[in-house]
Amino acid sequence: MSHIWMMIAQRLALGLVTLLVVSLIIFLGTELLPGDFAQEILGQAATPETVAALREQLGLNDPMHIRYVGWLTDVLRGDLGESLANGQSVADLIGRRLGNTLSLALYAAAIAVPLSLSLGILAALFRNSFFDRVANASALTSISFPEFFVAYILIFWLAGAGGPFPSMANFRGDPSLGDFLYRTFLPALTLTLVVTAHMMRMTRAAIINLLASPYIEMARLKGMKPMRVIIRHALPNALAPIINVVALNLAYLITGVVVVEVVFVYPGLGQLMVDSVSARDMPVVQGISLVFAAAFVLLNLTADVLATLSNPRLIHRR
Amino acid sequence: MNSLTGSRGPSRRTVLQGSAAIGTAALITPWGTPLRAEPVRGGTLRVGMAHGSTTDSMDPGTWDSGFSILQAHTSNNYLSEIAADGSLIPELAESWEASADATTWTFTLRSGVQYHSGHVMTAEDVIASINHHRGEDSTSAAAPIVADITDITADGMNVIFTLSAGNADFPFVMSDYHLPIVPAQADGSIDAAGTDGCGPYAIEEVESGVGSRLVRHDGYWKPNSAWFDAVELIVIHDNAARQNALVSGEVDYIDTADLNTVHLLERAPGIEILSVTGTQHYGLPMDTRAAPFDDINVRMALKFSIDRQQLVDTILNGHGTLGNDHPIGPGQRFFNTELEQREYDPDRAQFHLREAGLESLDVDIHLADAAFAGAMDTGVLFAESAAASGININVVREPNDGYWSNVWMQEPFVGTYWSGRPTADWMFSTAYTDGAPWNETYWSHERFNMLVTSARSELDEDLRREQYFEMQQIVSDEGGTIIPMFAAYVGAHSDTLARPEQIATNWRNDGQRIAERWWFAT
Repeated sequence: MSHIWMMIAQRLALGLVTLLVVSLIIFLGTELLPGDFAQEILGQAATPETVAALREQLGLNDPMHIRYVGWLTDVLRGDLGESLANGQSVADLIGRRLGNTLSLALYAAAIAVPLSLSLGILAALFRNSFFDRVANASALTSISFPEFFVAYILIFWLAGAGGPFPSMANFRGDPSLGDFLYRTFLPALTLTLVVTAHMMRMTRAAIINLLASPYIEMARLKGMKPMRVIIRHALPNALAPIINVVALNLAYLITGVVVVEVVFVYPGLGQLMVDSVSARDMPVVQGISLVFAAAFVLLNLTADVLATLSNPRLIHRR
Repeated sequence: MNSLTGSRGPSRRTVLQGSAAIGTAALITPWGTPLRAEPVRGGTLRVGMAHGSTTDSMDPGTWDSGFSILQAHTSNNYLSEIAADGSLIPELAESWEASADATTWTFTLRSGVQYHSGHVMTAEDVIASINHHRGEDSTSAAAPIVADITDITADGMNVIFTLSAGNADFPFVMSDYHLPIVPAQADGSIDAAGTDGCGPYAIEEVESGVGSRLVRHDGYWKPNSAWFDAVELIVIHDNAARQNALVSGEVDYIDTADLNTVHLLERAPGIEILSVTGTQHYGLPMDTRAAPFDDINVRMALKFSIDRQQLVDTILNGHGTLGNDHPIGPGQRFFNTELEQREYDPDRAQFHLREAGLESLDVDIHLADAAFAGAMDTGVLFAESAAASGININVVREPNDGYWSNVWMQEPFVGTYWSGRPTADWMFSTAYTDGAPWNETYWSHERFNMLVTSARSELDEDLRREQYFEMQQIVSDEGGTIIPMFAAYVGAHSDTLARPEQIATNWRNDGQRIAERWWFAT
């Protein structure tokens, strides 16, 4: 087992390097955008004097590398800094939104992962049947529509005048779990529809791939029921690719849902990122990119560890 | 709009005799004029807001988004207030008077006005609140409008403003949304992150870009106003989501209805559309220093080759009025009623082209929908209508992001919007006089500049009107901005909300005072 711990440590170290590189790229990217914070925040009301005063006040006149190194030292000390726009601590700003984003991602994943795995297994079991075709077709249809369109369709049918669900997912204070699940059902369903196809088809493909193997043939010849063959014999060996796809989709649920947030008025990280980029609010942009990058690094690491654990040949290496 | 010319705004005499103005004002209850039904107290007003960003802050010097501005008027009071009929009435000031040359203004404050925190307003608060925007190192968006103030002093409950030049409209400036009166701290500054104010509702919680909740201020001094128990402002960027929220009853009012679908929203049961045309206008400014726009005939040719009626019908879906290439709206005090409306006329456009010595004209116009909603479509329609007179307009699509810093006032021919200013002087000196920071056409006209300065401190109402009429004529005929349309503020509300007979036109949301002036019907 020790080599797994080694791998985790190694990957975490590499992850830190990745974060550093990401922060540098994001910083340079934000710098390349035309206009700076002082101009963007004053917008149409900017005058040369106020822009100059604001730059002076916020230290935007310092050269690029000094500002980056200054930011980096603060981060290494555990301080993400303050928003240029309203002086709120970036950690607070992100903290509140991250909680929302994670709860929604978790909610969507709790529906999407079991759903797509079972659909995938059933599709593999009854492959080329009517069920298989319908499941495939509907999953592919829902992934082919843009997210906002899926969202509007759901609102049209399930919310609006007389619909059972609210069209806005925003809530005030701390809602009860039931209330949270009710209010955010439509965004979670939208996300489910968007990510299901990918995971379901990977599950189906990975299992079907194994069904031609001799050991499956053997199991069948023993007279085992087809469902049992798939669950007990095929699935464990198909886990590695499935886990990877699931991890990728979970990362997407955390980082890529700004459109769904906007349509359902859900205060998550996506909108915060968009607003901060358009105002060139560097500390916030950097903070969020770190969170997003960390989500990818950690989820990929988890996927790799789980894939290793699912493979006895990798655990018991000689 | 009861009258197009005079009589609506206060005459100079009533402005000067501030206390007399209150006397008359009190008789006709300026907030909420003759009401349709007796307002009742209660309920939570939920407002869906189209514009609000996570970068909004509590600092009045940064207020810019629709969310900040409505919240400002809901939680704060100002020295003066623009009433629903467009006249200026005192708010935290009880009265004001000016020296004969209009350079020294004395505001007498209302006594016993309570902040949400329980403190009572003092003259020091007023000084601190205005000083927040002044000074060399001011980062406030309102710095230019208070730049004329050279000194502010207190004398008991009197605050005395000294200006560098006479300004008969100065009390109007004090109604600007950046200038709320908030408590002073011991060192004479204000707490820029604080939420205290003396407006009708106190901020209970606020999250930038998401929304805020305000509860009624029990100690509010203004009688017969602020009928709701609480107000919730909810930022809903997406047009469809916002309209859906209104139809499904999740909000009671939305500040912006999408003009492309407003006719569909109108058909929904229980929904009423609120459309008021005020001072908001869309324009296409040309850099008058750059060829070919430095030729007045070229500018005239372009002004004649835009089909204004078509733009109002399609871009605004009928919710607006024709513009006449000057920024003064038909509801304003000194609106020039004698000026002929400019029409789409390819023949005259061609005539002006020939005058400029040109057979045809090729120009680029740089647009993005950040300039105003429908700017790209406006460009395309303009190109179409101008083609008839041999003018080829190439519409260059610019990114919304960074539009105001990289395109506007940088490229020679662009799009712009102005929410307008309550007075003609304010509008002209913001964007049309030589050297004004936002003179977006870099236009310089000697006679015009002279008229602006002289009208600003002119005492005689008729003489003043004459001067403003001439200024509008000059801007319309010689200025660098094509102003094809005045866009209405279009919002919508559920019919459970009751509104006063007269809706203010100076701004969206009943002059941004919906929370103070509206109530729930029983």
